[in-house]
Amino acid sequence: MWGYRALLRLLPASFRAEYGGEMSAVFARRRGEARGPLGAAVLWAVAAFDVAGTALGVHAEILRQDLGTVARSVRRSPGFATTVVVVAALGVGATTAAFTITDHVLLRPLPFPEPDRIVRLSQIQAARGYQDMELSPANYRDWKRMSRSFAAMAAFHGLSANLVGEGPPERLQGTAVTDEVLAVLGAKPLLGRSFTPEDGREGATGTLLLSHGLWQGRFGGDRTVVGRKVLLDDAPHEVIGVMPPGFHFPSREARFWAAMRLGERDFERRDDFYLEVVARLKAEASLGGAGAEMRLVAAQLEEQYPDTNERIGATVVGFHDYQVRRQARHLLVALFGAALGVLLIACTNLASLFLARALERRREISVRAALGAGRERLVRQLLTESLLLGAVGGGLGVALAAAALPLTARLVPNSLPIAETPPLDPRVLAFAALMTLVTALGFGLVPALRVFRDAHADGLREGARAGGGRKERLRSTLVVAEVTVAVVLLVSSGLLIRALLRVQGVDPGFRAEGVLTLRTWLPLPRYEKTADRARFYREVLGETRALPGVAGAAYVSGLPMVMRGGIWGIEAEGGEPGKPGAGSTASIRYVTPGLFRALEIPVRRGRDVTEADTEGALSAAVVSESFAARYWPGEDPLGRRFRFGLLGGTRLAVLGAFQDRTVVGVVGDVRVRGLERTSEPQVYLPYLQAPEGAMGWYTPKDLVVRSDLDTAALVPALRRIIARADPDQPVSDVRPLSEIVETETAPRRVQVRVLGAFAGLALLLAGIGIHGLLAFTVSSRRPEIGVRLALGATREDVLGLVLRHGLRLGATGAARGLAQAGAAGRGLEALLAGVSPRDLATFLAAAGVAVSTALLGSLLPAVRATRVDPLTVMRAE
Amino acid sequence: MMAILESMAHTHADVLSLLPLPLATFHILLALADADRHGYAIIQDVAARTGGELKLGAGTLYRSIHRMLEEGLVAELRERPAPEEDDERRRYYRITPFGAAVARAEARRLSELVRLARAAGLAPGRA
Repeated sequence: MWGYRALLRLLPASFRAEYGGEMSAVFARRRGEARGPLGAAVLWAVAAFDVAGTALGVHAEILRQDLGTVARSVRRSPGFATTVVVVAALGVGATTAAFTITDHVLLRPLPFPEPDRIVRLSQIQAARGYQDMELSPANYRDWKRMSRSFAAMAAFHGLSANLVGEGPPERLQGTAVTDEVLAVLGAKPLLGRSFTPEDGREGATGTLLLSHGLWQGRFGGDRTVVGRKVLLDDAPHEVIGVMPPGFHFPSREARFWAAMRLGERDFERRDDFYLEVVARLKAEASLGGAGAEMRLVAAQLEEQYPDTNERIGATVVGFHDYQVRRQARHLLVALFGAALGVLLIACTNLASLFLARALERRREISVRAALGAGRERLVRQLLTESLLLGAVGGGLGVALAAAALPLTARLVPNSLPIAETPPLDPRVLAFAALMTLVTALGFGLVPALRVFRDAHADGLREGARAGGGRKERLRSTLVVAEVTVAVVLLVSSGLLIRALLRVQGVDPGFRAEGVLTLRTWLPLPRYEKTADRARFYREVLGETRALPGVAGAAYVSGLPMVMRGGIWGIEAEGGEPGKPGAGSTASIRYVTPGLFRALEIPVRRGRDVTEADTEGALSAAVVSESFAARYWPGEDPLGRRFRFGLLGGTRLAVLGAFQDRTVVGVVGDVRVRGLERTSEPQVYLPYLQAPEGAMGWYTPKDLVVRSDLDTAALVPALRRIIARADPDQPVSDVRPLSEIVETETAPRRVQVRVLGAFAGLALLLAGIGIHGLLAFTVSSRRPEIGVRLALGATREDVLGLVLRHGLRLGATGAARGLAQAGAAGRGLEALLAGVSPRDLATFLAAAGVAVSTALLGSLLPAVRATRVDPLTVMRAE
Repeated sequence: MMAILESMAHTHADVLSLLPLPLATFHILLALADADRHGYAIIQDVAARTGGELKLGAGTLYRSIHRMLEEGLVAELRERPAPEEDDERRRYYRITPFGAAVARAEARRLSELVRLARAAGLAPGRA
């Protein structure tokens, strides 16, 4: 019989209590009549169906009744229902958004088969402080040949090329790869074929795989694109295939992949580091084992090639870990923590709301219990209410999260081979549902049970004051906890705001407002000759300067904060001798005349470069103030001479042909490396003194135009001018210089906005919590307030009484919050740009805001308390 | 309590609002028409009446009875009808006047349906 009784557990307890015994008796009689094992089996099967069907029906009936009750109670007190739904929506929404993004970036494996086996290999040169360096082709070839841990290994490097043919010429970001790259990633083209070793031979025709986006956008999704010829930087390339949508490598910026063609000449240089390396571990190999093997390989190479490989080691890091930088990881963890904080407050608020609600209903519940309603039945009804309201709130929360995704999506690091906007997928929805369930169950059930327990004891006693001291203390504790969490979040976002302001306050060394920039990357070998380039620059600049409103225009080989490299060693005459790697370096830019005026970089001494600084004339250079101060402190730098030394080996030997440079001018310093990093001193060289030949990276390619009028209006005219100078020349990266400077602080602004939003939410919820508690306290203490007023207390006394209560809650929470905020601040230190994690002003401001919110939340209940009419309440008592 | 209150104030509209009756409900009313019975007796009576065609499960039976009690079709007896046969645990049910009225209305509804079917030549017997 225990089997049947177990089956009866499916029924609601109230129904079981009523009919369980009867049903068991019927079943016992039936079993007595059943013949043989077959008869018993049939009986059991029929009984199981019967009980399950009945259970379903009875549960549905009860649910229908409870929903009716909920609907009535929502109509009776819509304020309560709205508050619960809003609070639940905010809590679930915040957590869901944060989980979506954290899951997308940190938890979810990369979209490749067995992504854990994909690793990054890099060189390290600890002596010079390089943690991960690219490899030279020669080292790459040896690493690949000498290692046994990898099923496949491939090299790649970033590429940027002009694509000509099919529509207007365009500058595209792509990646040059060796043939095994798709084998490493475990990816296959959607159309066409993968790369073969043949494609990588020196002298082979260029081959190209298109990204799905490029194929759709530029080739209109034409399936006959495979086999088509296009020009990439003037060189013929054949399209061999198209990658599937969602395939990104190494990041989502690459729009095509070209076969890297390495010849014997490329393998000669062992110290020309430009290859990044990915590999797939063999099934039996471990990350640690592969690391040990590669260190051994590096040691052997160091022994074999002491000149170039001295103290060069190797590291093997998981691809995912490598691409998600530590700062991004910190930020996401902070974000998730903030979201959990908001959820915690939301739950606390809901608990407090339901508790108050249950206390208010104590009389109703006691009456129903006295009339024989079972405990299970009453608790179930209360739970239906909290679950239903929670579910509505949760649904709204998911909608909120979906709406907030475009903002949070900006926290996805660019360096990952995944889509930018995380999808709201079943995992996320399951997470949201779980959060809703936990919130509604945990904080609906506990108060319900609690009230039911007490209901028997004293609910019916006439005039019992709702909410004893104990319960009010519990609610006070909850509210204080809310304020605590809100203050921690306030301090955290306050510190980030301070950091943002500090970074935004940094003078970049030029004036970005009113400057438009665009890029015309002149392809080689067509523009190998300095004279050809000069003709292009002169034509474009001459016409640009004639445009109305243009106050200055110039070409430069790299914009500050965009091109951060171009760092050469310096040996200054009469100054301290240049030591490679010892920091005697400068960032080098080739410029046309007029750059300093266009960017408003102040010329301190001497002159700008001019059209007269030609090959054969004096080798001139304009240096920045820090350059002059470093090599010739306290002396006149004009007329002093320096040379480019060797840095990082012989790659710069090609520059050995350079003559000594003579300083002709001194200008202000520029934050080349960005607002948050120290930059090397700068050297500007006349564009007419640039070397002939393959120096593509150093030829001027960025046009800067300062205009008194709207810079955006200049774009069509500039495009026409460039098309006249060279119809095949693509124009790319059109944007205001101010946008580049803003991009510098964009991640910070997103951080501030997201964390600030969470802090604001937390504060709002804490305010609601304080308001709810005090409103409840005031309404349950009306008799007491009435007595006080009758005994001669003034309205001001009553107002003060309630406000002091709110203030006490706010101040206690703020004090605890400040104590905790110290720890949170230390966790954020990496993001603070030098602002102290114990910044006093921020702490004070956060405490002030929290206490003000507490006061604001108490205001309405306090005013209501003063309106209590002593006569009415005492009569009611 | 509710059943008693309701049985006192039933109108013709109340009767019609319950039609058509679920099959199990109708059979339970038929089983209780001639005698007060406990659950197992109802099941046996229904089975005998239908020639073993309809064997009510315990769950179906008590769920129907639960609803019929709320609707006022049947009432649970406080006193036991035949103490010598009585099983302590058994609950006995009796049809209420309202229950009888509803069963009669259902029977009328069904015979009206049969009459219509005959007229259409879809059932045996005279039109």
